[in-house]
Amino acid sequence: MSTDGDSRAARLKPWSDVALPALTGVTMLAAVIMVFWVVPNEKIQGVVQRIFYFHVHLAWMCFGGFVFVAGASAWYLKTGSPVADRYAEANAEVGLLYTTLMLWTGPLWARPIWGVWWTWDPRLTMTIVLWVIYAAYLMLRRLGEGDETIMRYAAVLGIVGVLDIPLLVLAVRLWRGIHPAVMISDDPEAGLRNAAMKWAFAISGVGLGFLFAWLVSLRVRFTTVDQELAVLAAEKEHT
Amino acid sequence: MWAIVRKDLSIERRTGEMLTSLFLLALLVILLFAFSLEPDRLRGPEFVAGLLWTTLLLAGTLTLNRSFVLERELGAWTALALAPVDRGSIYLGKVIANLIFLLAASVLLLPLIAVLLGTKGIAPTPLLPLSVFLGVLGIAAIGTLFSAMASRTRAREVLLPLLSFPVLAPLLIGAARTTTAGLAGEELEQISSWMLLLGGFDLVFLTAGWMLFDVVLED
Repeated sequence: MSTDGDSRAARLKPWSDVALPALTGVTMLAAVIMVFWVVPNEKIQGVVQRIFYFHVHLAWMCFGGFVFVAGASAWYLKTGSPVADRYAEANAEVGLLYTTLMLWTGPLWARPIWGVWWTWDPRLTMTIVLWVIYAAYLMLRRLGEGDETIMRYAAVLGIVGVLDIPLLVLAVRLWRGIHPAVMISDDPEAGLRNAAMKWAFAISGVGLGFLFAWLVSLRVRFTTVDQELAVLAAEKEHT
Repeated sequence: MWAIVRKDLSIERRTGEMLTSLFLLALLVILLFAFSLEPDRLRGPEFVAGLLWTTLLLAGTLTLNRSFVLERELGAWTALALAPVDRGSIYLGKVIANLIFLLAASVLLLPLIAVLLGTKGIAPTPLLPLSVFLGVLGIAAIGTLFSAMASRTRAREVLLPLLSFPVLAPLLIGAARTTTAGLAGEELEQISSWMLLLGGFDLVFLTAGWMLFDVVLED
C-alpha cells in the first residue's frame, strides 16, 4: 500500500465525515421540502412533473460519473496510483446507482405522460446502453479479483467507455430521429417558469451533487481500509 | 505486425479451426432464429441485415475469445510482451488477422442468409461490401482489445460479450442500417452520415486500441 494513498485517505477523513454528510443532509432535506410542499404543480403535466427535479440531475450526473471514471482511469494509467484506481471504482459504482435511479424515475414519469413505461427514444436507448457499460465495467473488476492487471484493464475500459459516448449519442439520434413532441415535453425548462420551481431545481441539483461526492468519498475510504486490512492480515500471516 | 498476421493465418490454414467453428456457429444462430421466430415473416433486406449482424456479433465474439488463448496457454504471451517491437503493431496484426476471419465468415454468411430467408426486395449495391467491411473492422478493433483483456480473467467466455456488446452498440445500429441500404439498393447520399459514423467508430477505437494495447500486454 502506498503511503501516498494512506495520507490522502487520512486527509479526507474530517471533510468527508462531517462536511459532506451535513451538506448532503441539509440540501437534500431542503430539496424534498421544496419539491413536495413549496413548488406548484406544473400546468400541463401535473404532479408527476415533480420527479424531474431529481431525474434531470441524475441524468447529467451519470454522464459526469463516466467522465470522472475516465479521468481517474487516465490518471491511474499515468501514475499507477492506487488512489486513482479507487476513485475510478467509486465513481463507477455511484454512477451505476445514479443511472439506475434515472432509469427508475424515468418510467414513473413516462407511464402517466407518454402512456408507456418505456419507448426507444434516443435518450432512453442511450441511457440503457450506458447502464450496461457501467455494469460491465464493475463486472470486469469483480471477475479480476483486484490484482493490478485488472486495475489496468478496468482503466482501459473506463477510457474506451467514455470514447463510446459521443458515437452512441450520434447513433441513437440518427437511428430514432428526433421526436419533437417527445423532446419538448421532455425539456424541463419548458415547465419551470415559476421562481420556486427554479429554486427547487437548483437545490435538488446541489443536493444530489453532494450526495454523489459523499458516496464516492465513503466508497474510496472503504476500499482504502479494506486494502490496508488485507496488507495487515498478510503481515500477520508472516510473523 | 505482418508476422503476427502470417502466424495466425498459417495456424488457421493448417487447422481450419477458427473459420469452421465461426461458420458452424453462425449457421446455428440462423437456424435458431428461424425456429424461434416464424421464418416466413423474416424476409426483406432489414431482416437479412439484422440477422447478418446479430449472427456475426454472436459467432464473432465466441471466436474472438480464442484469439489470445493460444498465446496464453503456450506461454507465448510473455514472448509477445518481451518482443522488441512496438506493441501497437502487435495489436494491429491481431486486428488484421481477426478482420480477415470475420470478412471470410461474412462472405460465406450473407448469401446463405439471403437464400435461407428469402431474397425478396434485395438488390445489392457496392455499398454492401463497404458497410460490411466497416462494421466488421469495428468488431475486430474492439474484440481484439477486449479479448486480450478477457483472456486474463476467470469466466472469460462471459466477459468478452459483456464488455464488447455495449461498446459495440453504436456500431451495430449503424451497420444494420447501412447493410439494409446496401441490400435494398439505396444511394450513398441517403446514408452518408451512417457511413461516417461507422468510419468514425473504427478510427476512434483502432487508435484507442493501438495506444492502449501497451498497457494490456504489460504483465
